[in-house]
Amino acid sequence: MNVRVHETEVLIIGAGATGSGIMRDLALRGIHCLLIDRRDLNAGASGGNHGLLHSGGRYATADAETAAECRREGEILKRLAPECIDDCGGLFVAVEGDDPDFAARFPEHCRVAGIPCEALTPAEAREREPALPETVFAAYTVPDATIDPFRIVLENVGQAQQANGSRYLPHTGVEGFDIEDGEIVRTRCRDHRCGDPVEIRARQVVNASGAWAEKVARLAGCTDVTLLCSKGTLLISNARVTNGVVNRLRPPDDGDILVPGGTVSLLGTSSVTVEDPDDIRPTIAEVDRILAEGAAMLPILNETRFVRAFSGVRPLLRAPGSESDGRKANRGFALFDHEDQGLTNFVTVAGGKFTTFRLMAEKAGDLVARRLGNSEPCKTALVPLPSGDALRWTDPGAAARDWYRRADPTDMILCECEMVARSAVDTILAEAPGAEDHMSLRAIALRSRIGKGACQGAFCALRVMAHLYDRGVYDGPDGLRQARDFVEGRFRGVRPVLWGAQMPQAELAEILHCGLAGMDLAAAEDEGRTG
Amino acid sequence: MKRRSRRIDTDLAVIGTGIAGFAASLFACRRGLEVAQFGHSGAMAYTTGYLDLLGVQDGRVLDDPWDGLGALRRETPEHPLARLPDETIRTAFGLFTEALTEMGLGYTAPGERNLRALLPNGLVKSTLSVPQTMLPGCEALAQRARTLVLDFDGLQGFSARAFEANLAERWPGLSSARLTFPGMEDRQVFPEVMARALETRQTREALVDLIRPQLDGAEYVGLPAILGMQAPDRIRTEMEAALGATLFEIPTIPPAVPGIRLREGFERTMPERGVTLDPVLKVSRVRFGAAGATLTLHGAMEDIEVEARAVLLATGRFLSGGLRADRTQVSETLLGLPIRQTESRNDWYRKDYFDPAGHPVNRLGIEVDASFRPVDAAGDPVQDTLFSAGAILAHQDWVRQRCGAGLAIASAYAAVDSAAAHLTPEGQPPDRSVRSDR
Repeated sequence: MNVRVHETEVLIIGAGATGSGIMRDLALRGIHCLLIDRRDLNAGASGGNHGLLHSGGRYATADAETAAECRREGEILKRLAPECIDDCGGLFVAVEGDDPDFAARFPEHCRVAGIPCEALTPAEAREREPALPETVFAAYTVPDATIDPFRIVLENVGQAQQANGSRYLPHTGVEGFDIEDGEIVRTRCRDHRCGDPVEIRARQVVNASGAWAEKVARLAGCTDVTLLCSKGTLLISNARVTNGVVNRLRPPDDGDILVPGGTVSLLGTSSVTVEDPDDIRPTIAEVDRILAEGAAMLPILNETRFVRAFSGVRPLLRAPGSESDGRKANRGFALFDHEDQGLTNFVTVAGGKFTTFRLMAEKAGDLVARRLGNSEPCKTALVPLPSGDALRWTDPGAAARDWYRRADPTDMILCECEMVARSAVDTILAEAPGAEDHMSLRAIALRSRIGKGACQGAFCALRVMAHLYDRGVYDGPDGLRQARDFVEGRFRGVRPVLWGAQMPQAELAEILHCGLAGMDLAAAEDEGRTG
Repeated sequence: MKRRSRRIDTDLAVIGTGIAGFAASLFACRRGLEVAQFGHSGAMAYTTGYLDLLGVQDGRVLDDPWDGLGALRRETPEHPLARLPDETIRTAFGLFTEALTEMGLGYTAPGERNLRALLPNGLVKSTLSVPQTMLPGCEALAQRARTLVLDFDGLQGFSARAFEANLAERWPGLSSARLTFPGMEDRQVFPEVMARALETRQTREALVDLIRPQLDGAEYVGLPAILGMQAPDRIRTEMEAALGATLFEIPTIPPAVPGIRLREGFERTMPERGVTLDPVLKVSRVRFGAAGATLTLHGAMEDIEVEARAVLLATGRFLSGGLRADRTQVSETLLGLPIRQTESRNDWYRKDYFDPAGHPVNRLGIEVDASFRPVDAAGDPVQDTLFSAGAILAHQDWVRQRCGAGLAIASAYAAVDSAAAHLTPEGQPPDRSVRSDR
């Protein structure tokens, strides 16, 4: 079998916000990196969150340090990556039944953490967010914003690639480390798409694999990383519900935050401790509970059309004897140099928040640069993130604006719900981070809004597939398998929100996927279930 | 302006304008019943054009649907098709395809075996009857004949190259090419618009001129379904003569021409058969009385009251609005007919989308008795004068089982049979001399 060998200065395992942030950090210091992910960009918590750029308000009451960190990092990202951020502002509101004392203490906690916070009368709050109910009795503004977690990660990788030719390899999973004299000399991986072994030789290895960081550390014989995996589920509405972020002013619980995401809103978040971060999916029980709680804060949610739910796993640090409840666990992060584990070129960075990914990357980058004898300072708080033609298609509404502006009648819309045109797909195929031959429909969708609208892939899966055959991306039955894999993946999130207006959509999708595209029978045939 | 009001008296009111509704009207006319039909759904545009009887049983693709029906009767006797004898299904299906052929849409007569018909991605579907415009595709595949498949610049979701890529191994004589549809350069093109353009001779000639240089010895030429709207068989014959090759159509993603042809064909010919038809009017209320039912409809300019001696409900499922679901249950939208529920929403869908067992929610629907009358929880008819047919019926999964047309046609036939028996107890048509002066 053909073993592919890659050499680099630093191997980074895990292509979420932290891993891609470290890639950018090191590349800006002139250090060559290879970023790998078992699946693809943002496959873990980085893609499974609500895209809130925390003002810190949520943590002000319980954890002033994390709150202040969030505030500082939020300000940096707003300055350096405004194209990824909707500085929409946020409210904390208490409604009838919530604890008035908890609400009353909120402004003081914000003051301690340095978070700007202003009290509104209930009438002012409802003027700002007309969806709020009459039962609001306390409301405070905070500088919450939203961030497109996919775009910023694409930009991290894009900038690193551009800076010094650092590379990103998707679907490359670690299977083991060869260790000699306290150093990882080889990282043994497998290309999960073709099954081929891949060998990576690097001077330093960074484990930024999020919820999987404990497993990866153990592959290197390190027992110092212990994580608590906390599953969070969110719902996505068909249209934007509020102008800004709306938080429930009470101790964190299910359904206590609604975050705009361009043309949609995200309602969350549950917290369930799970043993294994793999194969998680949103459940109907979680969705119903989130919705019941959310509707107490915003009754309009009872009539809102939801198109999908999704889950992520928060990798929370578990200090010995600490809380086993994910809600109360520390949201801070830690850097493990593993030197007490007998390794000198291995680093794990774990825990933390999406909002603080840059800071986590800076700390990891400092350690790795020092070990490599590189004295360049961290530049990620100063150098703006790049916008790029292949990096900008994940923002809800961006593709539509672009298409209307260009008004090119030959540039067909492939995804009508989200107005993604052929040209956007072609750009992604040509130059998006992780673009490759036989690129999967899932991978293209991850880098765009394809399949994320009301039809959830009923039409666009077939249209994009046809286009990819036309472009020569697929040349055999693999294209059909890719389309099937894509709609199967969408269904995991669609299933728990199937009622009301989504039922006709689901029925139509099945008519198209099975009746017209024969995907159910092809699936059975591939698995040897039919003769 | 004052709203007008109108009253219609009829023997049978058919609610629904899908295949089941039109089949019901057709069969009721044949029985000499007066029919008024209403509906508001465009779901027929979602059909491939193929008329399936039973293509899949227990995840197994069927060559012999009649054999499959035998298995269906043993395994799921409550399935609407399992409750009907072969004879009824055969008669109903045959009458339906004859009627389509009469209205200018040639369909193959239902045979003993399923046909292996082509799908847009180069996959194959087991179906009982296909439009004559699509039949040569089955032959070309069976013979692995030298065949050219075409697509068009600007046509979405139909790739001749995908078709070829997926069949190439099994069908070496297959090739593909892309054309620009005459007069539709540099823009998105839609099958419906192309089909209407091909109703004119000049466009047909121009298209034939574009195809001819691509032929390279091909005996068959496959196109997306665009060969005209009202008389596709004539258009195909004419173009074949000019081209010197056999043409066939391949289904496209909706809204697709084969379904629009069916809808327009029925809308054109049912009134000729004497049916009072309003295909874009929703029935807003139905009240049952001693002598039948009163339907209320609100048109743009007028209110309509229909006095019907019997009602046939063929309103389809979620997509057509016959069923709806909230977070706790599935309900029937017009009459609030009882639906036997699953324990919770958790049981509606299986974990995996393509689970070969299909999703239980697709088998929820209206329970009927042997006369296709909706029944209550105790199994008694909800109304003596209410019948139901088509996809709204429980215990079937027409998408996965590839039995949509068969279900619609056969259950419509059986329901009309029962309605006719109820309306004319001696098997005689109603006495027209009494009714004509109303």
